[in-house]
Amino acid sequence: MDTVWESRDLILDGFGTTVFLFVVSALLSMTFGTLLAVMRVGPIPPLRAAGTLYVTLVRNTPLTLLFVFSTFGLPRMDVRLSFTAFAIVALTIYTTAFVCEAVRSGISSVARGEIEAARALGLPFRKVLRLVVLPQAFRAVLPPLTSVLNALLKNTSVAVAFNVAEATQVFRRLQNADASATFPLLMITALGYVFLAAILLGGSRVLERRVAVTR
Amino acid sequence: MKHRLRVLLCLLLPLVFVLAACGDDDGDALSGGGDTPETTDPEVVESEFPAGSTMARLQEAGAIKVGTKFDQPGLGSVGLESGDPEGFDIEIAKIIAANLGIEPDGIEFVETVSANRETFIENGTVDIVIATYTVNDERKQVVDFAGPYYEAGQDLLVAADDDSINGPDDLAGKRVCAASGSTPIERIREDYPDAEPVEFDTYTECVDQLQSGQIDAVSTDDIILAGYASDPKFEGEFRVVGETFSEEPYGIGLMKGDDEFRTFLNDTLEQSYEDGTWKEAFDATLGASGVEAPDPPEVDRY
Repeated sequence: MDTVWESRDLILDGFGTTVFLFVVSALLSMTFGTLLAVMRVGPIPPLRAAGTLYVTLVRNTPLTLLFVFSTFGLPRMDVRLSFTAFAIVALTIYTTAFVCEAVRSGISSVARGEIEAARALGLPFRKVLRLVVLPQAFRAVLPPLTSVLNALLKNTSVAVAFNVAEATQVFRRLQNADASATFPLLMITALGYVFLAAILLGGSRVLERRVAVTR
Repeated sequence: MKHRLRVLLCLLLPLVFVLAACGDDDGDALSGGGDTPETTDPEVVESEFPAGSTMARLQEAGAIKVGTKFDQPGLGSVGLESGDPEGFDIEIAKIIAANLGIEPDGIEFVETVSANRETFIENGTVDIVIATYTVNDERKQVVDFAGPYYEAGQDLLVAADDDSINGPDDLAGKRVCAASGSTPIERIREDYPDAEPVEFDTYTECVDQLQSGQIDAVSTDDIILAGYASDPKFEGEFRVVGETFSEEPYGIGLMKGDDEFRTFLNDTLEQSYEDGTWKEAFDATLGASGVEAPDPPEVDRY
């Protein structure tokens, strides 16, 4: 237990890095994921095909491989970033595909009739999307998007093997320094993740209630 | 359904043998006709051990599980062609096994990385660890050590054309890579706080990063770095700086408190120093790159 208390700064730093990885990758992948979903439901065939290809390719690739690609592949192509940036690249590439599918499922949940009605009123595709589809889709997207983000939160721990001092790496370092403290360290680290996930779920629930419509 | 499965198996089995045979041919063609790497073959000794001791148990089983590294050329690495681990640590394992009456076939090599060696010993995943395992007081609290059987020192591997690093004092602002949980990474962190430590599970990953220019140096024991520098794959790409800044006695890790077994391991090592099998093992592995065998270190019976 002493080890845990003595290393509290390190552990907190680790979770700080985890949160940083999470927030940056979440913002980026929600942006790219929504764009990708729009590509997939949009009227332009090449964009649709490109979107489908991306999702099929990335969603079926293990995250670890994407990490190997960013951390070991990019430097070979003379892309020099910090190791944290490489991790964000990998997490964003991966999560974007899942966000895209969540958003797309939300879009499909919008009744066809509404879209047809909007079209009949003469709204162009962009306005149909912005005024009719996305506001309704957002409501339907919240629950699946929350699971995607929850997965992302835990996926940040893959960075443990790619030189990012996030919570899991800190855990492993401390465990290595004092194997007898494995159990308390494990508990604290797991609790940390549970705590962060609880914040995420709580936030999502508040948001869900705010956008809810009584039908 | 069952019947169909059996027919399928009957059809597939011969295919497997044919493929296996093809594989063998390819292997020979690649290695230029049975040009196998030189290894020693210590004579298997039958001896009596006290009942209930670890030695008796292992002798009885005719098998021993040895944790070793698979990414340390010259010490413990897996040959791409043979698929078998080879190196100085592997030879030491063979000497130990032979003195337990275990044939080389009875040794099961389990890959360990720096960070899981203590755990593997404590959990009984392996019987002993021979994996460039530095003896230190912190580790002695969790596991016991026989030996040391080799003295190394921490050094730096840099790109051959990089003349900005000539010793550990030049590391300020440089990215220095070592294995997670290893002694070298902790030393860099503590003694050279101006350097940026980079850690991966294996040294292969560190060397990959050095090769692509993402980091500035790889730091671990001189003898391991010499293995990379002299590896034909990286010919002329790297140089070892040659300024050691630590003493790394390599020991054999075993379950804490098994004093009988530790004494046996120490006796076996001393015997191998005397009868020349230790030197043979060195010459066949680390010595192959032209390094002269040093005098074996004195066994520390703490």
